Amino acid sequence: MWLYLAKRTGLAVAIVVVAVTLLFLMIQAVPGDPAAVLLGPRATPELKAQLHEQMGLDKPLPVQILSFFAGLLHGNLGTDVFTQRPVTAIVFEQLPYTIELILASIAWAVVVGVPLGCYSATRRNSLIDKAVGVFAVGTIAIPSFVMAIYALLIFSVGLRWLPAIGAGAGFRDGIVHLILPAFVVGIGWVGYISRIVRASMLELLSESHIRMARSFGLSQRRIVALYALPLAILPTVTIIGVGMAHLLSAAVFVEVVFARPGIGALIVKAVDSRNYPIVMGTVLVTTVLFVVSTTLADLVNAALDPRIRENL
Amino acid sequence: MKPAHFAQHWPPGEPLLEIRGLDLDFGTPRGRVRALRKVDIDVPAGQVVGIVGESGSGKSTLAYATMGLLAENAEVVGGAIFFEGRDLLAMAPGERRRLLGSRMAMIFQDPMTALNPVRSIEKQMVDIQHHEGGSRRAKRQRAIDMLERVGIPDAGSRIGGYAHQFSGGMRQRICIAMALLVKPALLVADEPTTALDATLEVQILHLLKELQSEIGCSILFVSHHLGVVAELCDRVAVMYAGEVVEQGTVRDIFNRPGHPYTRALLECDPGRIATSTRLLPTIPGEVPSLLGLPGGCIFRQRCLHAVARCADETPGARVIGTSHSARCHLLDDKEQVMPA
Amino acid sequence: MADIQAISHREATRRDPGAVTMFLRQLLKTPLGVLGAVLVVLVAASAVFATWIAPYDAVKIMVGPRLAPPSLHYLLGTDQLGRDVFSRVIMGGRIALLVAFVSLGASLSVGLVLGLIAAFSPRWLDNLLLLVFDTIRSFPVIIFALAVVTLLGPSLASVIFVVAVTSVPIYARVVRTQAHALRESEFIIAERAMGAGFVRILAVHVLPNVIGPLLILVSMDVPLVITLEAGMSFLGMGVRPPTPDWGTILSDGYGYIHKTVWLVVAGGIPIVITTLGFTFLGEALRDIFDPRLRKDL
Repeated sequence: MWLYLAKRTGLAVAIVVVAVTLLFLMIQAVPGDPAAVLLGPRATPELKAQLHEQMGLDKPLPVQILSFFAGLLHGNLGTDVFTQRPVTAIVFEQLPYTIELILASIAWAVVVGVPLGCYSATRRNSLIDKAVGVFAVGTIAIPSFVMAIYALLIFSVGLRWLPAIGAGAGFRDGIVHLILPAFVVGIGWVGYISRIVRASMLELLSESHIRMARSFGLSQRRIVALYALPLAILPTVTIIGVGMAHLLSAAVFVEVVFARPGIGALIVKAVDSRNYPIVMGTVLVTTVLFVVSTTLADLVNAALDPRIRENL
Repeated sequence: MKPAHFAQHWPPGEPLLEIRGLDLDFGTPRGRVRALRKVDIDVPAGQVVGIVGESGSGKSTLAYATMGLLAENAEVVGGAIFFEGRDLLAMAPGERRRLLGSRMAMIFQDPMTALNPVRSIEKQMVDIQHHEGGSRRAKRQRAIDMLERVGIPDAGSRIGGYAHQFSGGMRQRICIAMALLVKPALLVADEPTTALDATLEVQILHLLKELQSEIGCSILFVSHHLGVVAELCDRVAVMYAGEVVEQGTVRDIFNRPGHPYTRALLECDPGRIATSTRLLPTIPGEVPSLLGLPGGCIFRQRCLHAVARCADETPGARVIGTSHSARCHLLDDKEQVMPA
Repeated sequence: MADIQAISHREATRRDPGAVTMFLRQLLKTPLGVLGAVLVVLVAASAVFATWIAPYDAVKIMVGPRLAPPSLHYLLGTDQLGRDVFSRVIMGGRIALLVAFVSLGASLSVGLVLGLIAAFSPRWLDNLLLLVFDTIRSFPVIIFALAVVTLLGPSLASVIFVVAVTSVPIYARVVRTQAHALRESEFIIAERAMGAGFVRILAVHVLPNVIGPLLILVSMDVPLVITLEAGMSFLGMGVRPPTPDWGTILSDGYGYIHKTVWLVVAGGIPIVITTLGFTFLGEALRDIFDPRLRKDL
């Protein structure tokens, strides 16, 4: 267990180091002066020099990278070029909105997708099974921003059922504002999860321990829920963990379309204004999120399967 | 334990399970495989009936058909399976399911995969007592008692464990404990010792025999191992390519085999070879394809005594002794039957 | 990944006369595959013949009134600058397919080379390359794309660069696994023992074995590329105006969503049609050539 966590932390550190180094290398490789680009036409030599010093661009590359990591160890990701506020504070202000969105999306996708997958597996080749299959392939393929805009068009602009903009204030309002974005991010996952659950369930239902359970006259419902599902859910958990990257990508678009605060909206704004420290900070945070989510998935699987638990 | 209690309702000696003219097909992409044809088998109450045959003879299919656990592509085309006088095949699925885990139970071939890997032994053993009333604690205690009975040391603390924490032999003991925990009238055992090594095999067989006489249930024991069958069973049915070619008491089958296939089978059993030899005897040829309807005797291509009639006419069961019968034309002419 | 090998054997049989008909017959059995093929052909044809199909100049402003609804003159209406949306949609298809073609071509070749390097190089280099691949893959694509745009500025080239870089690890990993398995296989060892050169082993044994699965992966990647390209253009970080592009049309429509629905419909539907088309076709292809080949491997 501790060895596993140590390995995971090691992997996280390695990925962050590689990612940050690549980013620094790219900044270096790009022709032109980032400070000049950032300042645009206002650039005066004094301003540029000041900005260089602030961003640490006046030092050689290895020093830049090392001082970035040194700062990181103290929880310091640098300061926002425009507001001079610490990047950490800005990122952690926005992070809860994105996490809330992702959790809500995955939650409803699991709640709908898992039973749908079980049903499809037990009624294979039925009309509903086939319909779910087409629905799954379709919703996975349609880009999240197209889905977001059409959801906005139909439910907010057209039907006026749900608010279109922002994250709302207060708990109730927050929930109401969460419905459409979570719907859009989760819909593709409903199909995806239902297909994965179906596939692993079909494989499981023909295994001999399931036949053994049947030989004692246990009901189909009980067998599916207690004997097959805990095993069928394992690959789904892994895929959700790895799927954090896709979820974050979807969150970027959905936050922009619904004008929600969050990491995605933050990075888009930062890119627009060439705010390097913020971009760097968000990239770092999303990388950590990815490692955390895959680790969580492993831990959930360990809780479900004693064999994994013992090997952790 | 009170043995008399378990064999309730059904008088000893009367057939508990009667399989009558069972025809079963498997649908495959290449056509229908006629896996069982006109199978008649009786399992008298309190007796152990062995089914022997090589792989593909349909012996396991017969076991699964009895339990109603066949694969989706299997279809019973004709016949009946009477259990305690009622036809299982005519029952509603729910009604039939009520018999499983109460009057009937099964032990499977591979103990390594028969137990659920993520549900504790305790939960599985409590689950299977769903036909019975009583508290969870009482069921748990019954499970522990049974585990101790089958020889799981320290059952009280190990019952919370999972399948992978037990060895293969222990797992098969657990499976036997589970099957007998529900006090079935009929236990179907599908090669329960094939996956185990020889020492374990003997232990498990002794355990089964002990428990069977203790509980007084009947066993339908599927095996390809003649020695095992001879040791454990009262009666034997020999299956070949989907047909029961011969059945009778263990004594009849082993001492006075009537069917050429049974004789060939006995000659190939390493345990029965008296003279030392470099080559193990085999039956030449292979099991015929069961696609479509084969006419004539199913064994004729491999039979040393086949005559013209064998190709034209499917032999029926000839009675050759009290409760001993075989499907062979040669039996009409007694002299050729007993050359040895 | 070892089961990929199954494809290459089929691949070989495809060259037999009649194999193409066999393939078509199998494709015809899957209604969704046929639908996908039809949609893909439709989109591809409209992109190729775009200049003949488009009734107006796609970038010319005020060919009609602003934000006009669809009519016989302007099949999909006009946008906020009075440009003909139908012409823009048709021309926009060219951008989408161009990006898909160029970037996937680039990442396929780079992935092939890197994968082979990883497979036939010393342990430490192999591990380092794997770490880099995993790092790139663990990034949400769009975050990476935005980071690149911050550095390179928004342009078509940035989009192509991002797609190429993010797809390379997938292909490289498939090639590496496959080549690795082959490297250890007995016939390669035998070839080596007989003194066959590295290049010969690559060209004769490794390449034919990895090309098949790679092509299926590529065809299933097209929707992702189109999504990414349109998505970045939607965010204003891809194609620069006034170049017609589905993402920018959608973005224009989003800005005027309270005034007209036609713009978002015109920008979104082609994206949906294209991604669905390629996905359905890709799924059918995968099922025909190898049911076990999955993207998530």
